[in-house]
Amino acid sequence: MKQLSTRAKIAWALITIFVLAYALFPIVSIFATSFKLPSQLNLGLFWPKTWTTVNYEEILAPGGSAQTLFLSSLRNSIGISLIATAIAVVLATLAAYAIARLDFPGKRMVLLTALGVSIFPVISIVTPLFNLWRNIGLYDTWLGLIIPYLSLTLPISIWTLAAFFRQIPWELEQAAQVDGATTWQAFRKAIVPLAAPGVFTTALIAFFIAWNDFVYGISLTSTDRARPVPAALAFFTGASQFEEPTGSISAAAIIVTIPVVILVLLFQRQIVSGLTQGAVKG
Amino acid sequence: MAAITLKDIVKQYGDGFLAVKGVSLDIADGEFVILVGPSGCGKSTLLRMIVGLEDITAGDLHIGGKRVNDKAPRDRHLAMVFQNYALYPHLTVFENIAFPLRLQKGQFTDAQIKEKVEFAAKTLELQDHLDRKPANLSGGQRQRVAMGRAIVREAEAFLFDEPLSNLDAKLRGQMRTEIARMQRRLGTTTVYVTHDQTEAMTLGDRVAVLRKGELQQVASPRGLYEQPVNLFVAGFIGSPPMNFLPGEISGSTMTLPFAEVPISAELAPKLQGKEIVIVGIRPEHFEDAALVEDAKKGAGVTFSAPVDVTEWLGSELYAYIPFDTNPDVATTLEELDRDLDGEGLRTQLIVALPSETKIRDGVDADLWFDPARMMVFDPESGENLTWNGTAAEALDRENEADRKASLERAQAREKARA
Repeated sequence: MKQLSTRAKIAWALITIFVLAYALFPIVSIFATSFKLPSQLNLGLFWPKTWTTVNYEEILAPGGSAQTLFLSSLRNSIGISLIATAIAVVLATLAAYAIARLDFPGKRMVLLTALGVSIFPVISIVTPLFNLWRNIGLYDTWLGLIIPYLSLTLPISIWTLAAFFRQIPWELEQAAQVDGATTWQAFRKAIVPLAAPGVFTTALIAFFIAWNDFVYGISLTSTDRARPVPAALAFFTGASQFEEPTGSISAAAIIVTIPVVILVLLFQRQIVSGLTQGAVKG
Repeated sequence: MAAITLKDIVKQYGDGFLAVKGVSLDIADGEFVILVGPSGCGKSTLLRMIVGLEDITAGDLHIGGKRVNDKAPRDRHLAMVFQNYALYPHLTVFENIAFPLRLQKGQFTDAQIKEKVEFAAKTLELQDHLDRKPANLSGGQRQRVAMGRAIVREAEAFLFDEPLSNLDAKLRGQMRTEIARMQRRLGTTTVYVTHDQTEAMTLGDRVAVLRKGELQQVASPRGLYEQPVNLFVAGFIGSPPMNFLPGEISGSTMTLPFAEVPISAELAPKLQGKEIVIVGIRPEHFEDAALVEDAKKGAGVTFSAPVDVTEWLGSELYAYIPFDTNPDVATTLEELDRDLDGEGLRTQLIVALPSETKIRDGVDADLWFDPARMMVFDPESGENLTWNGTAAEALDRENEADRKASLERAQAREKARA
């Protein structure tokens, strides 16, 4: 690569700063808001005048006004997202394996249907789903959210995994068999280590999709039996009816962002290698 | 180590495509056999059936006297080197080579594995790379790791599937001799698939030429070169390829595009009742008439032809002489060209001359050849009418004796070193 001139370097630095500011401003703003006193929300200042953890106490400490609401929804979110991710990854792995390795009639159909489902606007199926779920008793249950989440996570999982599996040199499996491995050993020792990063990346993406959903969460739940965090945020109330819950909402938003950030930071290498594997032939 | 016997092996795919149409082949213990042919001739399928990665539709496959048709690859105890090496990218070079040993649980201690891997690494000069991952190796190094994996198995036979086709020309030459050296030293039965006839001719004790799933001829490299059974083998073996010219027969002379050739008494009965034949003359059997001694000149045919292009290669000079072929044989030759992966370009005579020749492009060159060296093929069946069974047998016998002697010498050298 050729050396960048000083002017080009400055230009790139400016562009980078602009993009970073543009992308991070809302998060920083919410972060700042979450430490403001409820009474100082409308001062028009960006940073809190006095730093306080009162909003966090509100949602986490016993006796906080939004504590039961937040903690139960956090439990729901974690449980529902994990189960939806697990099911999606298992099903998508099997489907993608078949799509990548086998030639069967309707293969294109499966892929196109998956694509179709994933581009279908969520909002347009939410109303019929609401009626159906009420009639068959899935309304306001974990399962009632896991099923629609699968419709979001499965297509993208199938697509990313199928693309990933196509890059795996399947000849390795045969090489292992010739080297003396059973079919199962060949799969476990030669293929699984190569497929793992892809499956892992897919699992993370699926988890984030389920974790971030709002429309299904708010439409298909009514109590803290199944309501996930993004939906629960809308039900926060201030300590009194004259106080806005903006501070608690910000605090909750920061808390639910933390696991995402941690996961991405921990596994960024795997995610990048998972997403780019095969792009450069080794 | 074991002999491999193929008897009427057939492969039919699910869609009804016959990839291998009844191939029989005896591969002796310790022999180096090449399966060669243009793309799509079924050579790789045949190899994969031997190793057990493809089912055998019909026929019998024996390895070391035992029928192995229904055995899984792991029970056939063969080692295979794949075209793209098939190294395990998540394992180091050491673990890649040790992989087959680790699979045989409890058979080897860690110390034994280390010893075997290090021996293989030393043989292949890989000692410095044992801790590296395959992604960081060059093509030639990866190739050697794949061979190392084959060596440690102490397998019944080595199978190679176009192992050198991903390497550049220089490395290919080096690896070729490396494979030959290794095979001689270990004395392991080897089946080697390639479409490259240089590899086939230089490596093989015997070469099996395949075309569209059918075995054309199995013979020593010299046998194939000097006594090909048909047009296909003649056209496939040799570089640059043999020239095929239409030969019109009238009485006791045969008319070629540039020359009239008297039909010898030996040839005459074989041409009985034919009006046109295909004549094959290898490029290296032509000579610059100016450089031929007078005593020899009379025994051959001298003719003049316009040279279109010349290529000077240092040791040799190739002269190209375009000609119009006879429509009666054009279809046969076009079909042959297609079978040989050709592009159906213009018909031209290729002449290989010594590099000191004064022949240049654009001149009418005086060329000479000995009609005794030309081969005559039946235009319909492609059969070689000048094929000499006794000579072919003698060549193969000689080759077999050479092979055994060379194996013994290699083993003796190996013993002396140890």
